[in-house]
Amino acid sequence: MKEPTIVGFLCNWCSYEGADRAGDARLEYPANIRTVRVMCSGRVEPEFVLHAFREGASGVLILGCHPGDCHYKMGNYKARRRISLLKKTLEQLGIEPERVRLDWVAAGEGERFAKVANEMADTIKGLGPLELS
Amino acid sequence: MHNARGTTHEAYCVEREALSMKQFQVPRPPDDALRDMLASLMDKGKVGGVFALAQTGENSYSYALITDKKLLDHIVPTLPLMPANAGKMVSRLTMLEPVKTPIAVIMRPCELRALFELVKLEQARLDNLLFISYTCGGVLEMKTAKDGLQLKLEEYWKQVKTGGVSEDMRDSCRVCENFVPTGADITLTLVGNDNGKQTTVQVNSEKGEEFLAGLSYELTEAGPELEALDSMRKKRAEQKPDVFGQFAAEELGMAGLTALFGRCIGCHACGRACPVCYCSSCHFEAAENEFDPSTLETELTNRGALRLPTGTLYYQIGRLFHVSISCVGCGMCSDVCPVDIPVASLFAKLAGSVQGMFGYVSGRDAEEKIPTSTFEMEELEEIGA
Ligand code: SF4
Ligand code: SF4
Ligand code: SF4
Ligand code: FES
Repeated sequence: MKEPTIVGFLCNWCSYEGADRAGDARLEYPANIRTVRVMCSGRVEPEFVLHAFREGASGVLILGCHPGDCHYKMGNYKARRRISLLKKTLEQLGIEPERVRLDWVAAGEGERFAKVANEMADTIKGLGPLELS
Repeated sequence: MHNARGTTHEAYCVEREALSMKQFQVPRPPDDALRDMLASLMDKGKVGGVFALAQTGENSYSYALITDKKLLDHIVPTLPLMPANAGKMVSRLTMLEPVKTPIAVIMRPCELRALFELVKLEQARLDNLLFISYTCGGVLEMKTAKDGLQLKLEEYWKQVKTGGVSEDMRDSCRVCENFVPTGADITLTLVGNDNGKQTTVQVNSEKGEEFLAGLSYELTEAGPELEALDSMRKKRAEQKPDVFGQFAAEELGMAGLTALFGRCIGCHACGRACPVCYCSSCHFEAAENEFDPSTLETELTNRGALRLPTGTLYYQIGRLFHVSISCVGCGMCSDVCPVDIPVASLFAKLAGSVQGMFGYVSGRDAEEKIPTSTFEMEELEEIGA
């Protein structure tokens, strides 16, 4: 069976760089993560997550700057509330909240990126595909 | 978890009942008492208009903004029907600019709460509005208007008098514990009152007192809370397993949700009727959300079958994300659903849990921020741990 797809929304200022760093360092991270660069984790609206699910993703990873480091000062704090609400809603709907993960990866944290991405891939593999229509 | 206001739901109930300050009695049923009061307010030039539920024909009822005093005969402000959430209607009137002439607005607690949410969302303004509300016994489904309303009213008022729950009520009212209005200037105490004979009117704000000054009412200190309120709160809490039980997370999941919304015809009436679903152009109606032929083909190859119209769960879950933080549990969405999907019960259940994350009760206070529009630096530390 083909690996379930994960969509990763990566903030331009930290996490995207972090992913790049992981690539440069030739760290292994899963091939089934499709990354989308966004300007800030706070840009990720709940519809983005749903849209990814609807287009066939089985998990969504949202990565932003560590709290206090957001380029726009508070985008990641707002993302934290919004994504927590989203996860709570999914949980109540009987959809595994682990399918959505918000985490922080700084520009220099190539290893952390690889670690989070690998963990996410394992989680989603364990959960199997999600079919939203 | 931080709780922005530090109040639990129960504390909130106590807090708002401390609101009532003064009261007076009128030896007339509530609708008559209101008509008299509003006529006097219009006579004295204190209000230029009245917004209330009105009877507009045989078996037909709608909200109306009335500026001609003679038409006050048509208002039926406490008739248990909700043809639209009045909060949404007032938002339509005040979205662009506040009303210039003072208007008396009579609405139910959940409608007032919806209006306060809309104020926070910059969709409405409160200036020059005098808010009259009442302890609310709930509403009947709108179709009752043409179908046995008179027969059901007798039982309905009997329950309101004793703090009971009537079988005919909307499900969302059967479980509503926020039936004492917050933020009203004037509150009629219908629950526990003998509404056939007399009316108790509480004045909850200085604004309310100012409007009533010079009218022939004698204000006294408000009495203790009526026992019937407590009884109603308890009876409603008891209804929860029946109304919410069907939505246990383990019963849902993709399979359960697909079954629940299996007969959804995609009309989006639930969103149109919802007061806090306010976007003028809905994301879920955008052309980009239509599956185009090539997507359909890929879908078919991948899945082997496709439900049409597409996007049912996408819409429902998306709408849940959008409105659950502000949902006031008014039941409009269920009432308008042509295929009787219990949308409001699902939404209200989830609203309770997401609002609970932030100690928030939608619409209890027009000044409070919606949790998703703000944040605390130190909270939700499980994220990124
Ligand atoms: S939901 Fe509550 S406040 Fe609204 S009509 Fe029903 S009982 Fe009244
Ligand atoms: S989702 Fe339904 S119950 Fe909640 S506010 Fe909207 S119409 Fe009312
Ligand atoms: S009102 Fe009912 S049928 Fe129409 S979109 Fe909502 S749930 Fe579906
Ligand atoms: S810019 Fe990285 S989270 Fe806001």
